[in-house]
Amino acid sequence: MADFGGDDIDTFRAEARDWLSANFPASLKGKGAMMFAEGAAGGGGDFRAWTKAMGEKGWGTPTWPKAYGGGGLSIAQARALQQEMNAVGAFSPIGGMGVMMFGPTLLEYGNETQKQRHLPPITRAEIRWCQGFSEPGAGSDLASLQTKCEDKGDHWLVNGQKIWTSGAQWADWCFCLVRTDTSKKHEGISFLLIDMKTPGVETRPIRLISGNSPFCETFFTDVKVPKENLVGPLGGGWTIAKRLLQHERSGLAGGGAAGRGNLFTGPISDLAKAYVGTDAAGRIDDPDLRSRVTQHEIEARAFQLTAIRSMSEAKSNSGPSTATSIMKNAGTKVAQDRHELTLEILGNQGLGWEGDAFKAEELAAVRGWLGGKAYTIYGGSAEIQNNIISKRILDLPDPLASTNH
Amino acid sequence: MAVLTEEQSMLRDAARTWTREKSPVTAFRKMRDSGAPLGYDPAAFAEMAEMGWTGVIIPEEYGGSDFGYLSLGLILEETGRTLTASPILATALAGASAIILGGTQAQKEAWLPKIASGELVATLAVDEGAHHRPNHVTLTAATSGGGYTLSGTKTFVLEGMAAGLFVVSARTDGDVDDKYGVSLFLVPGDAKGVSRKALKLADSRGAAIVSFEGVEVGSDALLGPASQGWDLLEKTLDRARAGLCAEMLGSSVQAFETTLDYLKTRVQFGQVIGAFQALQHRAAKMFTDLELARSCVEAALTAIDNDSPEVPELVSLAKAKVGDTLHLVSNEMVQMHGGIGMTDAHDAGLYLKRARACEATFGGQAFHRDRYARLQGY
Ligand SMILES: Cc1cc2nc3c(=O)[nH]c(=O)nc-3n(C[C@H](O)[C@H](O)[C@H](O)COP(=O)(O)OP(=O)(O)OC[C@H]3O[C@@H](n4cnc5c(N)ncnc54)[C@H](O)[C@@H]3O)c2cc1C
Repeated sequence: MADFGGDDIDTFRAEARDWLSANFPASLKGKGAMMFAEGAAGGGGDFRAWTKAMGEKGWGTPTWPKAYGGGGLSIAQARALQQEMNAVGAFSPIGGMGVMMFGPTLLEYGNETQKQRHLPPITRAEIRWCQGFSEPGAGSDLASLQTKCEDKGDHWLVNGQKIWTSGAQWADWCFCLVRTDTSKKHEGISFLLIDMKTPGVETRPIRLISGNSPFCETFFTDVKVPKENLVGPLGGGWTIAKRLLQHERSGLAGGGAAGRGNLFTGPISDLAKAYVGTDAAGRIDDPDLRSRVTQHEIEARAFQLTAIRSMSEAKSNSGPSTATSIMKNAGTKVAQDRHELTLEILGNQGLGWEGDAFKAEELAAVRGWLGGKAYTIYGGSAEIQNNIISKRILDLPDPLASTNH
Repeated sequence: MAVLTEEQSMLRDAARTWTREKSPVTAFRKMRDSGAPLGYDPAAFAEMAEMGWTGVIIPEEYGGSDFGYLSLGLILEETGRTLTASPILATALAGASAIILGGTQAQKEAWLPKIASGELVATLAVDEGAHHRPNHVTLTAATSGGGYTLSGTKTFVLEGMAAGLFVVSARTDGDVDDKYGVSLFLVPGDAKGVSRKALKLADSRGAAIVSFEGVEVGSDALLGPASQGWDLLEKTLDRARAGLCAEMLGSSVQAFETTLDYLKTRVQFGQVIGAFQALQHRAAKMFTDLELARSCVEAALTAIDNDSPEVPELVSLAKAKVGDTLHLVSNEMVQMHGGIGMTDAHDAGLYLKRARACEATFGGQAFHRDRYARLQGY
C-alpha cells in the first residue's frame, strides 16, 4: 500500500525545504554524480561546508538515533527528506562504508561503548571505514577465510591477508572478519575492528580496469588489537557479517541503479537522440537501438517502482532482509545496462581513454562502464544472490548444503 | 572450421606459432604500457610483413601471394586471439582491397607492392561522426585545374598516425547523405594540407582524426569512378568488416578459453567453480554461440573469395553475430573471474576494451542487423 504521509510529514517537509534552502550551496546543485564519479578529485570549500552542515544536522544518517549523531528521523521522514533533496538537486555528502553498512550493523550488534565511540564520527564524515572481508581464497565462499586471530590475554593478535579492500589506503578503520577457531567453518569467524594505523597493517593498491586504484591488498602482520574491539560474541562474526552484507546489498541496489560514474544524468533517450539523431517524427533514428533503450527504460522504471513499493511496505525500521538479493540483482543489472547503452550510443566517442578529442562526460562514461562491471561482483556476486534467492526465498534444495551449512 | 587447403593450413599454423611465441598478450600489454605512439610495435609488424602476411590478398604480379580472404582471416583470427596490435587489417586488408577492386593498372603498380612488402601503411578514411555512416560524407573534393581539392575531416581513422596512404571518401556531387556523389581518392600521408591528431583510445590501438585542408591531388588520385564510388566503397568496407570479424572471432575464442581454464582451476566452496551449473550452462551457451559465429565469419570470407552476390548480407550477418558473441564473452570473462577480472593486471579488461572498439568499428550490431534486414527486403 502506498503511503501518502500525513500532516506531520507535511510539517517535516516544510522544515526540510527551509533548511535545505538555507544550507545547501547552490554551486553544488546536481553535482552529486560528479562528486562521486570514479577518480573524482573531491569537493572544495562549498563541499566541506555542506558536509559540516549535514553532519551537524545528522541528516547524512537520517534514521540513526540522535544519541549517536544521527537525524532520528522515521522512515517516512527520511523518504520525504530524500525527495526534497532530489527536488533541489541536493545530495548527501556523507557516505561510504561507515554509513552504508558498518553503522547500521553496529547499531544492531555493537555494545554501548562501541556505538558511542564509533558512530558519531561516521555521521560527521570524520572517520572512513573499510571492509576487510574477502581474501585471495575466500571470495564467494567468504566463510572459508583464513586470517588468523589469536587470544593473547590482554589483546588479539592478527595475522593474514585481505584482498579487494576498497579504500583501505585512505581508511582510518577496518571492520574485519577473522578466524578465531580453525575447527569450525562459520562458528570460527569473529567480527573485529582494526585501527588502520596499528603497526603491522600494510596496504598495497591494486589498479582496476578503469585505470583507478580504489582498492588494495591488505596485509596484517602481528597486528595487536585491543580486546574491546571485538563486536558481538567470540565466534559470532558470521551472523553479523551476513547482516552487514544485507545492508551492503541494499545500498548497492539503489546506488547501483543510478549508475554511479555516469555524468550523463538525463534520460538516456535524450542522449540517444543527441548522438544518433532523430527521424522525421522525432524518434531515435535507429529502430534497433530505440527498442533496446525502451526495454531498458521499462526495466529501470519497474525497478524504481519496486523500490518504492518495498519501502512503503516496510513496516518498521528493521532494515533489509533476504529480499534485498532481488533488489541487488535487479538494480545492478539496470545500472550495467545503462552503462552499456551509453557506450553504444556514444559510438566512437565512447571509446576514448584520455585527451581533448573527447568530452569529460564521454571519458567518464567509459571509465564508469568499466568500473560498473564490478556491481555484479562485489557485495556477493549476482550468482551468489541468485543462490540466496533460490535457497532462502524459493526454498529450493541447496546443492552446497554440505559446505555452506 | 572450414576445409582448408594445404597452403591455408600452413599459414594458420605459422600464424598460431608466431603469435603465441612472439606476440602473446604480454607483448600487447608491454606495447600499451610503453605508450607506443603508433599503437603497435613496428618491429613486430616488420616480422609479419616478412612472413608475407601483408600480401595475402594481393595478386602475385604486385608482390603478394593471392591466397585470398579466408586465408587472411585465418591470420587475423590468430592475431585476435592474443590481441596482437598491427595495421594488417587497415592496410593489408582494407587499403589493399580498395586498390585491388578499384585501382587502375598504374595505381596498383604504384601502391600494392609497397603494401605487400609492409613498407607502406594504407588505411580507409571514411567515418566523420560518432557512428559509422559511410554514406554521410561531408568532406568535399572540388575539381580544380586538372585535379581535385579535398576539404574536410575524417575521424576514427584506423592506424591514422602510421598511415602513408589514405583511401578517402569524398563528396563530388549530391547531398550529404546521398550514395550518389561519393568518390574515393588516394591521398598520400605527406600531401600538403593533411594533418592528424592521435586518438587515445580505451583499447590502446592506433587511430587518429585526419584533417584535409585544401589538399590538392591530381586526377590520377581518383580511385574508381567519379561520383559513382559508392559500390566500390561498400565492397571495400565489406572486406574490411569480414576481416575484422575474423579478428573478433579469435578474440572471442581466446576470451572464452581463458575463462574456461579459470572455471576449471578456481576453487570456492571446496570445488572448482566450473562445477556450478549456473556457470556451466553459460559456458555451454558461449561455446554454442562461438560455433555459430564461426560459421558466419567463414561463410562471409569464403563468399568474398568466390565473389558471391551474397557478400553484403553474409558480412552483415557475421558482424552482427560475432559482435554479439564477443560482447557476451567479454562480459562473462570479467564476471566469471570475479574480483581478479576487474584488475588491470588481468587480461579480461584488455579483451573487454578491445571488444567494444571492434564492435563499433565499421558498424555495430544494430547497424548490421538493420542492413541485413534491408538487404533481405524487410
Ligand atoms: C571493485 C571491487 C571492490 C571490492 N571491495 C571489497 C571490499 O571493500 N571488501 C571486501 O572484503 N571485498 C571487496 N570486494 C571483493 C568481492 O566481494 C569479491 O570479489 C566477491 O565476493 C567475489 O569473490 P571472488 O572475487 O573471489 O570471486 P570468486 O568467488 O572466485 O567467483 C568467481 C566466479 O564464480 C562465481 N561463483 C562462485 N561461487 C559460485 C556458486 N556457488 N554458484 C555459482 N557461481 C559461483 C562467482 O559468481 C564469480 O562469477 C571487492 C571487489 C571488487 C571487484
